[in-house]
Amino acid sequence: MSTAQSNQERSQASWTLLDLLDQAPGLKALSDTLNELADEGRPVVALTGDLKYSNGLVKFAEKNPDRFFNMGISEQNMVSAAAGLATTGLMPFVADFASFLPLLCCEQIRTDVAYSQLPVRLIGHHAGITLGFYGTSHHATEDLAITRSMAGLTVAAPTDPAMLSAAIRASADWPEPIYFRIGRGREPKVYEEDELAGFELGKAIWLRRGSAGTVIATGSTVKPARDAVERLAEDGIDVGLIDMHTIKPIDAEAILEAAGAGGPILTVEEHNVLGGLGGAVAEVLADAGAGTRLRRHGIQDEYSLIGPPTHLYAHYRLNAAGIEEVICEEIPGSTS
Amino acid sequence: MSAPVTEALDDTTAELLEEKAKFIRREVIRLISIAKVGHYASAFSCAEIIAALYYDVMNLREGEPDWPDRDRFMFGKGHAAVAQYPVLAEWGFIPEDVLNEYTRLGNPLGDHPDMTRVPGVDFSSGSIGHALSAGLGMALAGRVNGREYNSFVMLGDGEQNEGQVWEAAMSCAHHKAGRVIAIIDRNRYCLDGEVDEVMGIEPLADKWRAFGWDVHEVDGHDIRALTPLLRQLARREDPEVPAVVIAHTVKGKGVPFMEQEIGWHLGWLNEEDERRALEYIEQGGAA
Repeated sequence: MSTAQSNQERSQASWTLLDLLDQAPGLKALSDTLNELADEGRPVVALTGDLKYSNGLVKFAEKNPDRFFNMGISEQNMVSAAAGLATTGLMPFVADFASFLPLLCCEQIRTDVAYSQLPVRLIGHHAGITLGFYGTSHHATEDLAITRSMAGLTVAAPTDPAMLSAAIRASADWPEPIYFRIGRGREPKVYEEDELAGFELGKAIWLRRGSAGTVIATGSTVKPARDAVERLAEDGIDVGLIDMHTIKPIDAEAILEAAGAGGPILTVEEHNVLGGLGGAVAEVLADAGAGTRLRRHGIQDEYSLIGPPTHLYAHYRLNAAGIEEVICEEIPGSTS
Repeated sequence: MSAPVTEALDDTTAELLEEKAKFIRREVIRLISIAKVGHYASAFSCAEIIAALYYDVMNLREGEPDWPDRDRFMFGKGHAAVAQYPVLAEWGFIPEDVLNEYTRLGNPLGDHPDMTRVPGVDFSSGSIGHALSAGLGMALAGRVNGREYNSFVMLGDGEQNEGQVWEAAMSCAHHKAGRVIAIIDRNRYCLDGEVDEVMGIEPLADKWRAFGWDVHEVDGHDIRALTPLLRQLARREDPEVPAVVIAHTVKGKGVPFMEQEIGWHLGWLNEEDERRALEYIEQGGAA
């Protein structure tokens, strides 16, 4: 049966893999931005491992068929091939599940991409626990820790579709290879495009200043963290919020500013609390001798449960209500 | 399957390449005497292949290691890089004084080839199994950039154990990367013993054929057979089928007391044995 026939025979409410992109503006931003860069004459090419519908690269493939390579389910080959492509001045964007890209291809990334300083941009999508009930094999709560330990590799977790687009644009002139960690493309909007006009990798964004404490969030946790601090502000509890979209190089200045602003620091990440955002912030605070109390909130060195993503976010207190609760545990006199 | 090789190599070229293979073996001995440990035997098994590629088949420009249209060479079995460095020096890619400080503190030349440090090394190696994928990437880039060059990838026979090699094999055929020419140095030995005892790889030619490659077999020490074959593969018009040459070789070739001796995968020759080895090399390996 052809796709057209198949579409005719199903009700409008049903959906297939081919409709996924309509539900994922974050992933649409990926292909749209790559198409724009290609139109501008940037030497971009894109690769994926049999996931062009899952990450939306199908839209890039349609517009730039000669610059798209589907490498099938052979991720290690894909990363090394991207490195080979990059030796000639091309800028390959490699998109695959975050559970596979930095874990299965760890050594190819280290040796062929990061060590060789080739301009490859790795995009680990569906990071964290966004693949909920697909199971632990599809969860990625280690990717930040793994990639952050590789010298010469920039690590960033853009917050929403607008920032993903800004970050990909910024990457076109960035000297190092990059690991981008993104979700499933359904992350709620945080920024208007013009708010990100001055976007810089490595430069954190202060979304709110507060004297009772500061939350440092990254990627998917920025929006719920913002909702949480805004809710608390209604009660007169003045908590700041930093969007730490780049994990490496980390914006130490912003962290130390937060340490000086009063109250504790709370890091919030959809990742193991070991080695990711919380680890990076702890290192900055300890190196500077800052005595600020730090609470690392995230997945507490365990394998995450199976369940629908929204249920998992509630379970791990990574939704707005959960983050608000954790903030209140850290700020004496507040209640949630 | 491409046409059989009909071209014969003229005597002058054959003698030159045979002399270059000897030069490579002598240099391997000299350089390893600086490091005081090295992979003599793995380098000796591919000396004729390196000589044929670098002194006849590959399209290169003296002193221009980054020439965009050059043929690429990837060393999957990167531990034999000591056979490549003297050749890169002859091409004017690395200075002689750098070569003479092989492996000394801060020198760019290590046991494995490093593209970030060594002009003329087209891709770093050291972790077995990545090179064919990198060669594929370069071939695809040639297509995107509108450049015609070959990606030669030398693989070890032990390297055939790596899963990524077969991912790349499948991928090269699928993407019609006919500019990828793999050469397997079938010297029959890996570290722990004979490849076919440690992790068997036969029927090797059938495997590559089944993956959609144009498969050739040749005596990897016979310059007169090897060179015309590589020339023919390199000069195919718009090739769509990647080619692989299974080069049957002898590990340690040229120094009889090293040949097919497991221990000589890694080692060091004292002065007296070094002299004996060099004599054997001058005699063309006759015991």
